[in-house]
Amino acid sequence: MSEKELGRKWDRCLADCAVKFGTGLGLGIVFSVVFFKRRTWPIVFGAGLGLGMAYSNCQNDLRSRYVLHSKVAKYFSFEQK
Amino acid sequence: MLRVCWKGAHAAARVSCYLLERSTAGKIVAASLLTVGGGLGGTILYAKWDPKFRANIEKSVPYSDQLFEMALGPPPPPLVPLQKKPGKIEPLQISSLSEASKESKQPKAKAKKSDPEPVEAPPAVEEAPAPTPQTLEERKDHHEPALKERPAEEVSARLAQQDKAEQDALAALTAGLEESLGSSAKTTLQAIGAQEAALTAIATHTNKLKEAMDSQTHPDEKSTQWKALNEALSDRTRAMEEAEEALLKAKGELEILRGVINSAKQSKIDAARPQILAAEENLHSMIVDLDKVVTKVQTAQTEAKIVSQYSELVNEAKAQFQQELANITPEIQANWKGLSGKLSADDLNSLIAHAHRRIDQLNRELAEQRVREQIHIEAALEQQKLEDQKALERAVASALEHRREDMRLEQEKKVQEVREVMEAEMRTQLRRQAAAHTDHLRDVLKVQEQELHEEAQEILNSKMMEQETRYRRLTQEQLDTFTLDMNAAYARLKGIEEAIDSHVIAEEEARKAHQLWLSVEALNYTLKSAGADSPTEPLEGAVGVIKENCAENEFAQALTSALPEESLSRGIYGEASLRARFYDIRRLARRVALIDETRNSLYQYFLSYLQSILLFEREQVAPPVKLAPEDLDTFRLLAYATYSIERGDLELAAKFINQLRGESQRVAQDWLKETRLTLETKQVISLLSAYANAVGLGTTQAP
Repeated sequence: MSEKELGRKWDRCLADCAVKFGTGLGLGIVFSVVFFKRRTWPIVFGAGLGLGMAYSNCQNDLRSRYVLHSKVAKYFSFEQK
Repeated sequence: MLRVCWKGAHAAARVSCYLLERSTAGKIVAASLLTVGGGLGGTILYAKWDPKFRANIEKSVPYSDQLFEMALGPPPPPLVPLQKKPGKIEPLQISSLSEASKESKQPKAKAKKSDPEPVEAPPAVEEAPAPTPQTLEERKDHHEPALKERPAEEVSARLAQQDKAEQDALAALTAGLEESLGSSAKTTLQAIGAQEAALTAIATHTNKLKEAMDSQTHPDEKSTQWKALNEALSDRTRAMEEAEEALLKAKGELEILRGVINSAKQSKIDAARPQILAAEENLHSMIVDLDKVVTKVQTAQTEAKIVSQYSELVNEAKAQFQQELANITPEIQANWKGLSGKLSADDLNSLIAHAHRRIDQLNRELAEQRVREQIHIEAALEQQKLEDQKALERAVASALEHRREDMRLEQEKKVQEVREVMEAEMRTQLRRQAAAHTDHLRDVLKVQEQELHEEAQEILNSKMMEQETRYRRLTQEQLDTFTLDMNAAYARLKGIEEAIDSHVIAEEEARKAHQLWLSVEALNYTLKSAGADSPTEPLEGAVGVIKENCAENEFAQALTSALPEESLSRGIYGEASLRARFYDIRRLARRVALIDETRNSLYQYFLSYLQSILLFEREQVAPPVKLAPEDLDTFRLLAYATYSIERGDLELAAKFINQLRGESQRVAQDWLKETRLTLETKQVISLLSAYANAVGLGTTQAP
């Protein structure tokens, strides 16, 4: 059913967002603790990174139908006499 | 461009730095103003440089196009590719013209060449067909009319042709004769002249010689005389030679003339005979003249011979006397002139004695001679007589010859005349006879033809009439009887056949209609098996049954094959389930109303959702009869569709849903497909049932 597709996409989107946000946050915390002396900015950075990636992914998925795929064709020349 | 921006930025930074030292609020305001101004200026400058960028900004930011126009002027016009002109006009016409002129020249040259040729051909060569074969043929025709009859025109034509041919030959002959006559006459005259010249030369020579013999002249004159004599001699010899030559030439010409006359005689043309005769006469006279002159010359020659003999004798005697004298008086030279005074008495005496002795001797010789002379004269006379006789005989013979010749010529002339007359007479008689014969034959034949023709025609006509009438009568009788019988039989047969057929057909039709109706009912029943959300059973079975039952019904077959494949294999959804689904579709379509190919980012999605929440409209709107372009808005369409669905018009709703565009369209795709399927199947089935009903009605027979 084509009407269910949109719903599915949104589900994927949210799941992806959660995962990425969580991962980003986690990594940010790790980095902040390990390398950056418990500063806040790596955490924020990581979370933001994760959210951004999720956003981009979601957008791509939603617009995948409308994107034109192109291929670069090789150039053949035939000499005819 | 970038440097300008860079400079602007720098300036802004410097100013902001400078301002930073003053008050913070003022600083902030100033800084923000500077930034905004810098951005604007940079945008304007870049737009001036890149028209695409300008177009982008104009599209996305409202009222920017007015700003740009104020600042930069109107946008540059878009580039239009130049259209190349079509190909050049080729000068074909000139070459075609030249070709045409060349071709026209050639036939002209050819025509000119062919013209002189036929001009040469017409001068027909006229061969003279021998007249005798022609006359023979004509006679043969008269004797055997059965073979081929020449018409009078042909005969006269032939005769005319003959005459013409004769005349041409005659003209040629006469020309030849005249020519040769002329030349021979000239040469003959020349010969005669030469002979006469020779004659005179001989006469002069002889005279001179005689003079020289009778020498009583002075010695001085004697030498001149001898010289003159020599000259005369040479003249004579030359004249003789010339005469000989001329004579030969004349004789040759005469021979030629004789040959021409003979050939003319052989050609056997009657009209030329008088001319031939005349030519012969001329020839004869020339020969006669030549002979006369020749005889004259011969006599002159004999005379000259005698005289020369005499002169020789005299010279001999003189020489002898000289010698004797020299013997007697050896010491004295023979020069009498220088002799006076030198001679002695003895010499004189001896000389006188010798002279006396000589005189005596001479007297004795003279006496002897006189006697001998008599004898000689007699002998000479005899000889002369003989010679004269011979000459006479010769002359007589030649005269006789000439006479004979004359007679012959006259005879020929007479024969010629008679022949001509006879020829003409015969020709006219023959012509008359031929004409009469042809006329007679023609008349007889004509009459006969007429009679026979009429007879035959009459007989033919009568017979034909008889046969025709009989034939017509018979055929008519036969036709009538036959037609009657046939009509009766045919009518009965037709009646029987029709009755049977109609019965059979009616029964058959009834049965078929019944079956069809039953199967269509079965199909309808299967439609009812649709659940709330599940499709019906596959319609294959029922449709198979229908196909089996009415295999020969084309309409039913066509309809059953028009059913879509999906409905047969999978079944279709019921109208209720479709309706329920529709509301889901509607909600979703409203939510993604703003999404299409160009707008499909997440932000757009957010906006679209916002729009669907905030937009308030009626759920159902009655659709207009005609759709205008503003009705193609998603929400409107959905309203129309909802209205139609509520009224049970699935088809109209499907039509409206079909007009959706963008993401809404994609969302509604499946539902649309299912609806189409259902509608198609329903349409076909309704057609089938209508048809079955109609057929059934048609075949029921009223009791």
